[in-house]
Amino acid sequence: MDLSFLFFYLFAAVAVGAALVVVLNRNILHCAMALVLMFFAIAALFLMLGAEFIAAVQVLVYAGAIMVLFLFVILLIQIDRVQMLRFAHRQSPLVVIIAVLLLAELLYMIIRGTLGIAPGGADAAAAGAASGSTEAFGALLYTTYLFPFEVASVLLLAAMIGAILLARLDKEEVGGVSRQDMS
Amino acid sequence: MELTLPIPNLRAIMPELVMTFWACLVLVVDVLISKERKTWVGYLALVGTLVTMAFTLPLLGTRTSTFSNMFLVDGVALFFKFIFLLATALVILVSLRYLDIEGVNLGEYYAMILFATLGMMIMAAGNELITIYLSLELMVISTYVLCGFIRRDRRSTEAAVKYFLLGIFTSAILLYGMALLYGLTGTTNLTEIGRALQAKNLGANPALLLAMIFLAAGLGFKVAAVPFHMYVPDVYEGSPTPIAAFISVGPKAAGFAVLARLFLVSLPAIRPQWGTLLWVLCVMTMTLGNLVAMKQSNIKRMLAYSSIAHAGYVLIGLVVANEIGLASVVLYMFVYAFMNIGAFSMVILMCKRGDRGERIEDFRGLARSHPWAAIAFLVFFLSLAGIPPTGGFIGKFYLFSAAIQANYVWLAVIGVANSALSVYYYFRVTMLMYMSDPSGEIRLTLSPSLVFALAVMVIGTLAIGLYPSPLIAAARASMAPIFGP
Amino acid sequence: MMTDLLITIVKILVVFGVYLTMVAYLSLVERRVSAFIQDRRGPNRVGPFGLLQPLADGLKFMFKEDLIPHYVNRPVYLLAPLVALVPAFITMAVIPFGNTLPLFGRDIPLVIANVNIGFLYIFALTSMGVYGVVLAGWSSNSKYSLIGGLRASAQMISYELSLGLAAVGVLIVAGSLRLPDIVAAQSGLRWNFWMQPLGFIIFLIAVFAETNRLPFDLPEAEPELVGGYHTEYSSMKFAMFFMAEYANMLTASAVVVSLYLGGWQVPYLEQAGLPPLLLSLAQVLAFVLKVGVMLFFFVWVRWTLPRFRYDQLMRLGWKITLPLAILNIFYSGYLVVAKWV
Repeated sequence: MDLSFLFFYLFAAVAVGAALVVVLNRNILHCAMALVLMFFAIAALFLMLGAEFIAAVQVLVYAGAIMVLFLFVILLIQIDRVQMLRFAHRQSPLVVIIAVLLLAELLYMIIRGTLGIAPGGADAAAAGAASGSTEAFGALLYTTYLFPFEVASVLLLAAMIGAILLARLDKEEVGGVSRQDMS
Repeated sequence: MELTLPIPNLRAIMPELVMTFWACLVLVVDVLISKERKTWVGYLALVGTLVTMAFTLPLLGTRTSTFSNMFLVDGVALFFKFIFLLATALVILVSLRYLDIEGVNLGEYYAMILFATLGMMIMAAGNELITIYLSLELMVISTYVLCGFIRRDRRSTEAAVKYFLLGIFTSAILLYGMALLYGLTGTTNLTEIGRALQAKNLGANPALLLAMIFLAAGLGFKVAAVPFHMYVPDVYEGSPTPIAAFISVGPKAAGFAVLARLFLVSLPAIRPQWGTLLWVLCVMTMTLGNLVAMKQSNIKRMLAYSSIAHAGYVLIGLVVANEIGLASVVLYMFVYAFMNIGAFSMVILMCKRGDRGERIEDFRGLARSHPWAAIAFLVFFLSLAGIPPTGGFIGKFYLFSAAIQANYVWLAVIGVANSALSVYYYFRVTMLMYMSDPSGEIRLTLSPSLVFALAVMVIGTLAIGLYPSPLIAAARASMAPIFGP
Repeated sequence: MMTDLLITIVKILVVFGVYLTMVAYLSLVERRVSAFIQDRRGPNRVGPFGLLQPLADGLKFMFKEDLIPHYVNRPVYLLAPLVALVPAFITMAVIPFGNTLPLFGRDIPLVIANVNIGFLYIFALTSMGVYGVVLAGWSSNSKYSLIGGLRASAQMISYELSLGLAAVGVLIVAGSLRLPDIVAAQSGLRWNFWMQPLGFIIFLIAVFAETNRLPFDLPEAEPELVGGYHTEYSSMKFAMFFMAEYANMLTASAVVVSLYLGGWQVPYLEQAGLPPLLLSLAQVLAFVLKVGVMLFFFVWVRWTLPRFRYDQLMRLGWKITLPLAILNIFYSGYLVVAKWV
């Protein structure tokens, strides 16, 4: 008896259900919490695939850091529920029709297409089997995938500078208030 | 576990290394320099692009790959890199005075431009999905920030938010396409994807078709093809004008580079399918861009629609997708860098503090008071409309003849008809400049760097039109790696 | 197979029992130590030396009226105390409280789950702890709670970076993400406490911030925020937040002990020639003692230092501990390269 099949469907259902709540619920905080639940379900799926490191990082980064930041913003700006409601209702019927069509198309193509080909280069699978997935992951990052890894670091630097640039208050813009007064 | 780090061929990524170093240098110098002298940071960034160009030159003619075949040095990549660097240098030149006028003379502006350029350079050279995606994000994130650079201006912020929201959405679609490709083939390397698709005979797999559509949609947004063009007019209108010029050339060219490489190298198995898809996109893009451009009263919006139309012309080369077709794509993008940044620079010329000079009406009677400026504008418009003796004519000529040679006669016909349409709105502005009396005093914001940049662009546009053979030879030579032995 | 399962269940029960008892008595310890520091007597009436006080407190909490204000967001309001409590409990699963226990002819590893990402597991769960606070703050629909929740989320994100980066030094030295391996690497006198004093100090500061203990207790700063995020809670729900604070403290102490203070290791005790069973029990005792010292330290600091101002807190987190933590990574790399470890 292979229970993993059962668990896969359990977690997959939770993930999809939570994702639906994120999209459909009108209370933004409930959406955020559903998103956290979805991250956990996805992490569980990663665990079942033997990718413990990715699973842990999924929880750590997405649920633990990014969503906390989201919550921070939600708490800070106190989004009006009425606004949320209007936004959700403004979709025209045409959009719904196109979305349903696209979904049907996707389902058809995915069911008809065979995605069952074993992924992962031979090197990744072998390295993963030989040692813990964290080590294999690290080794791949620093050898085969060194270049994208470095590009990612530059990307993060640029994004960080950009975010600070857009968020920073200049002295002129806040009317000559000095930093000491601000804090 | 003992790890042996690979020692990659760093010579091949020298231009990118120099660019990264220079962007960081600009950031550091920006902190050290006083607020009144931020323009120096701009000059420093300009030197950076020139130095990077100097480091790119020795690579010409070489063909290598490095970092486990993830980064390619070949003719296409190098040609595109020159286009990016050229566009960046021109944009920096026209920005120097503009930032003062808008009161946002911050050094980070130049650093972000350099980061965006770095992203484009890696995009053009990337031969692996993750690399391409990350560099694409590097490019677009930098441009999001640049779009919203004038923070006190609501339109600028709106442009940044729109560009950002739609941009991340299409990035997700692009990623979905990449994930499907990886799921089908088990590799992220473009060459190996192509090989695996042939070997496993996956040409008829619906999932592959789906992946192709997603990739086309994701990249279609970057090149501003219809129906992924919705953001273009608002973003171009709201962004600082030099940045509008920048994103109308740089990301567009980078998008075409990735589109060409991805489809030609990875997806030859479904060549007829993506040929049809791009054909439809191409016709829609040209026609809609030109038709809507006629109705605009804001010159930046007009140029935005014109830039959509130009994306349509360039797509002809991708539909043809043979050596001549792609050579005409890079050729056209090269010319386009000159003429389109030139046209946007004319808007910069008109802008004053508190007034961006974006109404077409503002150009009324320009020829009377400033004949030289009017002539420059005329050259750019002639070129954009594709009239000899300008570079735009050469570019379009090669695109259309490539289509005819490859039996896409109808595509060429539609392209020519569209060019004729475009003449209407370009000449509307020209007529205003030459045939009407000025409604008031026109004062231009002249600065040495802007005038220099304009001179370069006018001369470049004309020179390519009059003596195109070296450029054509270079463009065709750059295609050898894909189609050659 | 069945025996293994049984052993695991017994381990869970024992650890959980001891853990809950310790959490309960921690509140007494806090009050007694604070009384000692302030030259008072503290609770000493219920049982000998007040030892039954936690029991009395528990009873009292249970029989208090459970008020749920009408303006709260009910589902989230009810969920929040649980969310605050659970992560601290389940973090204990990966912490080794001893080496192996030779019993009935088998070597029982004294850790509930030896996961190969144990370290990341701890950090993933630590980062979950903030949800309880933030959700409580939001759902209470009161300004004090909201500000408390806001402060908590900003503070915890800021210090999580230092926490993680400081601990990377430990990882570099140990070369493993398994907690038992990390403890094993600290044999003899090679505790990370000695090897990486800088990392230890940064980690300790970040741990204080993560557990919202003074001098970092801005989310519940009573002079400004009444009770902060738990202002609107009463009865057992309040008690759960109360327990969560002590549970977090206990877990954090256990983590600090495992990462920096050698875990269950007692220097050179292995060479003393004790019988295996006794040795193993002595090591467990050592672990508990070390955790006790850390807990005392927590209480000691709380009743000694004043609270930070908010900007000071942020400056300390981003401008001092974060760069130092990165410096510590380089230092740890040097330790490895120079073969000092």
